Amino acid sequence: MSGLIKSSLARKVVMALSGLFLVIFLVLHVTINLASVISPEFFNEASHFMGYNPIVQFLMQPILIAGVIVHFVMGFVLEFQNRAARNVRYAKFNGGANAPWVSRNMIYSGLVVLAFLGLHFYDFWIHEMAYKYVEANPEDPTRYYAETVEKFAPMWRTVLYVVSFVLLSLHLWHGFASSFQTMGVNNKYTPAIKSFTKLFSVVVPLAFAFIAIYHHLNPITH
Amino acid sequence: MKLFLKIWRQKDGNTKGKMVDYTLDGVESDMSFLEMLDILNEELIAKGEVPIEFDHDCREGICGTCSLMINGRPHGPDSRITVCQLHMRSFNDGDTIVIEPWRAKAFPVIKDLVVDRSSFDRIQQAGGFISVNTSGRPVDANAIPIEKEMADKSFNAATCIGCGACVAACKNASAMLFTSAKVSQFALLPQGQVEAADRVMNMVRQMDLEGFGNCTNTGACEVECPKGISLENIARMNREYLSASIKG
Repeated sequence: MSGLIKSSLARKVVMALSGLFLVIFLVLHVTINLASVISPEFFNEASHFMGYNPIVQFLMQPILIAGVIVHFVMGFVLEFQNRAARNVRYAKFNGGANAPWVSRNMIYSGLVVLAFLGLHFYDFWIHEMAYKYVEANPEDPTRYYAETVEKFAPMWRTVLYVVSFVLLSLHLWHGFASSFQTMGVNNKYTPAIKSFTKLFSVVVPLAFAFIAIYHHLNPITH
Repeated sequence: MKLFLKIWRQKDGNTKGKMVDYTLDGVESDMSFLEMLDILNEELIAKGEVPIEFDHDCREGICGTCSLMINGRPHGPDSRITVCQLHMRSFNDGDTIVIEPWRAKAFPVIKDLVVDRSSFDRIQQAGGFISVNTSGRPVDANAIPIEKEMADKSFNAATCIGCGACVAACKNASAMLFTSAKVSQFALLPQGQVEAADRVMNMVRQMDLEGFGNCTNTGACEVECPKGISLENIARMNREYLSASIKG
């Protein structure tokens, strides 16, 4: 096992598995978010459950945060190693002739998504932690819908979210199917995996973007 | 045709190199790219200048030595060929052509366009073989039945000529396609099973030690490989490696 931990292949496996884990999380996240458009009551219930269930809060949430950290830290490690592997750059390098842009620029799409996560944590997670543990407010299962819609009132935040979802889409476009190749899956199912990747990487970010724009255009009027 | 060439010149591995401009007239479209460089070198020698050093040997697409990055692509603009198979008809009169050596920390420049690819040899030596006793009475190869599909896949992997275009094309200078082809050609055959675990572990370890980059699955290597080695080999090597690691 020691060889597995030190090797380049192992680092890629860590990247692939943490990426696939985050993909599963995205499905859960977008499902609950869509409820905010369809049924504010259900959205409040689901959000309250996620916010106060001890298994979600003290087991799943730390695992998720660890998954995010592992994914981006390993991404940086791999990027630094890859840059070192070509210590003298080409005067002319036609990367577009043999590989798609998205696959060659995962670090940049990833950095935008990481920056977005910073904003997203500031907007929701830090606010939530302060509400529950610092200010020690009582439980209020009806507050989530209004708080979410209110966040998307400013145009700048909505635009930043939508732009980030576009970059998330590009990141998934290469990353999702790529994780299967890294895990050694390249067989008769690969065309189906690639097609599903394209569908997933368009539909999920589009749904996130739709929700942000919907709430921006439909503010709660008191 | 008249060409404007920008060629990497470097005295040796310890000296800093630079791009040097040359103008070459009278190039004919049926010349090979290497013949075009031969003519340039003849002109340089006639002028008393040091000719441009570049690797070449068989000039029939088999040896894999003609390692040139031409206008940002390994072996130039055409697919599934080496530089010796590239002809000047692929270029136009007045074109500017940029010619560089493979760029990778694991392929240090020896002189001008010549790089040291012995890192590939060391990967091969780490496990790219099977241990069999030889004698005056070898067992007939046909005595071991091999599925046709497996034999074909193994042969396809074995067509890798170790030219290094995969490393040159990869944005990370990764040697995964080369190493995986050399692992696969044995992994697919019964003769390769005995040492399969040690082979993949040792070859990957050596690949990492040489300082090649990591695989991002961009697929650039597969596109630029003159022998069309498939990414399936990389997936196979990943499976072999994971399986060997978990089994200890």
